[in-house]
Amino acid sequence: MDITMADIRSWMTVLEMALFIGIVWWAYGRRRKTDFDEAARLVLDDEDLVPAPGRRPRAGGR
Amino acid sequence: MQEQTTYNYKVVRQFAIMTLVWGIVGMLVGVIIAAQLLWPDLTYGIPWLSYGRLRPLHTNAVIFAFGGSALFATSYYAVQRTCHARLFAGPLAAFTFWGWQLVILLAAVTLPLGYTSGKEYAELEWPIDILITLVWVSYAIVFFGTVATRKVKHIYVANWFFGGFILTVALLHLVNSAEIPVSMWKSYSAYAGVQDAMVQWWYGHNAVGFFLTAGFLGMMYYFVPKQAGRPVYSYRLSVVHFWALIFTYMWAGPHHLHYTALPDWAQSVGMVFSLILLAPSWGGMINGIMTLSGAWHKLRTDPILKFLITSLSFYGMSTFEGPMMSIKTVNSLSHYTDWTIGHVHSGALGWVAMISIGSLYYMIPRLFGKSEMHSIRLITVHFWVATIGVVLYIAAMWIAGVMQGLMWRAVNPDGTLTYSFVESVKATYPFYAIRLLGGTMFLGGMFIMAYNVWRTVVGAKAVDAPIMRPAAAH
Repeated sequence: MDITMADIRSWMTVLEMALFIGIVWWAYGRRRKTDFDEAARLVLDDEDLVPAPGRRPRAGGR
Repeated sequence: MQEQTTYNYKVVRQFAIMTLVWGIVGMLVGVIIAAQLLWPDLTYGIPWLSYGRLRPLHTNAVIFAFGGSALFATSYYAVQRTCHARLFAGPLAAFTFWGWQLVILLAAVTLPLGYTSGKEYAELEWPIDILITLVWVSYAIVFFGTVATRKVKHIYVANWFFGGFILTVALLHLVNSAEIPVSMWKSYSAYAGVQDAMVQWWYGHNAVGFFLTAGFLGMMYYFVPKQAGRPVYSYRLSVVHFWALIFTYMWAGPHHLHYTALPDWAQSVGMVFSLILLAPSWGGMINGIMTLSGAWHKLRTDPILKFLITSLSFYGMSTFEGPMMSIKTVNSLSHYTDWTIGHVHSGALGWVAMISIGSLYYMIPRLFGKSEMHSIRLITVHFWVATIGVVLYIAAMWIAGVMQGLMWRAVNPDGTLTYSFVESVKATYPFYAIRLLGGTMFLGGMFIMAYNVWRTVVGAKAVDAPIMRPAAAH
């Protein structure tokens, strides 16, 4: 059977769709939740040398 | 060891201050060429100051000198703080600063002299292109080296965006600037004809997508949560829209070549991918703005947040406008008109400049051991002057652009053109005046910032913050 450009394009489309759904599935998986929450806190779990005025120190920090 | 216990803020300070300097220089050149469109004899016909030579100087200065320095400063700052590690290879980081400044100086000399490779946003000639490559490879080593030596498990999402921007810009520069030198200051592209055009706009649009978008989204993901004091709205969304943005932007370039010799199917591919781009772009905008959810009251009092959130609104506007303009039928009206200029500046002034300004206002006091800028009130003044300036600018260009497009396509019943070209130029004249006013206001805001920064920094001690041990895992 000859493989034409149209076949390759069709398969690429299916493959890319699967890749996208895969990324969404991975990102929204329940197991990622704690990892992502931890990563999201990275910005805030880092005290400034000089605290910004009027900002309360966070509970649970160092 | 003293060396190991603090962050490397020196290079961040250098880039932060130069961001301000190059911002003023680049925008001043922009104001000058806007004035030339109003008063064509403004520079007495001196060739070095002619519009055709100053315009690439303006674009290079604002994109690569102002935007580039802002990206170096913020990426070096954010990567150290989120990795709890000192910048990798300090001397190499210093080289990226001095090397980048040399690139900018060489651009400022060669472009007015008329040395250009003729590729938009890649005008610099081959010796400078080689220097850019060296600086950029060093940047990649410093950045990814810091990520590799991080003291925390995760690579924070801002670093993904900065990393994507660094890698892609390296690729774009190497491919598009492939050229054959014929003398010290003249080279010809390695590509010819429509392939050359396609490579150029693959580069050109990805310069927008990665230099002016991914890099600044990295900035957004660090400074918006930091200034709002809240974690990013949805980390999951940030992951999905990162990969969607990376995969999609690559294919959008052909929309710059609608109705040209580029094959029709390639134009359609460019249009479709540009339309798809709306989703990942708005993913980023929504994620940034919603980070403030539950803390909206902070917007009322905090002008730094005003800058950051307004920049996201402009990002949302221009990433809606962009896909619309890439539709071939819309493009047949908008292309080659001042609508394009309006679109670019809603992105460049509204998004890129405003998020950089907000980030600088956050960073500068911290780099000099202060708790905040000299005057919060002046930041508010800067915000309003800048915002009104952008709105005047883009509204003038929208009206002028649509009007030009309609005048150029108008035909009489006998098939002749209704208007001559110069009639559309004449009709545009008042809008060029409004644009000059808007641009001057935006530049004026930068001078307010310069004064505020001067008062904050003068007499202050340069402070290198100690490296904090990462917080215990939750």
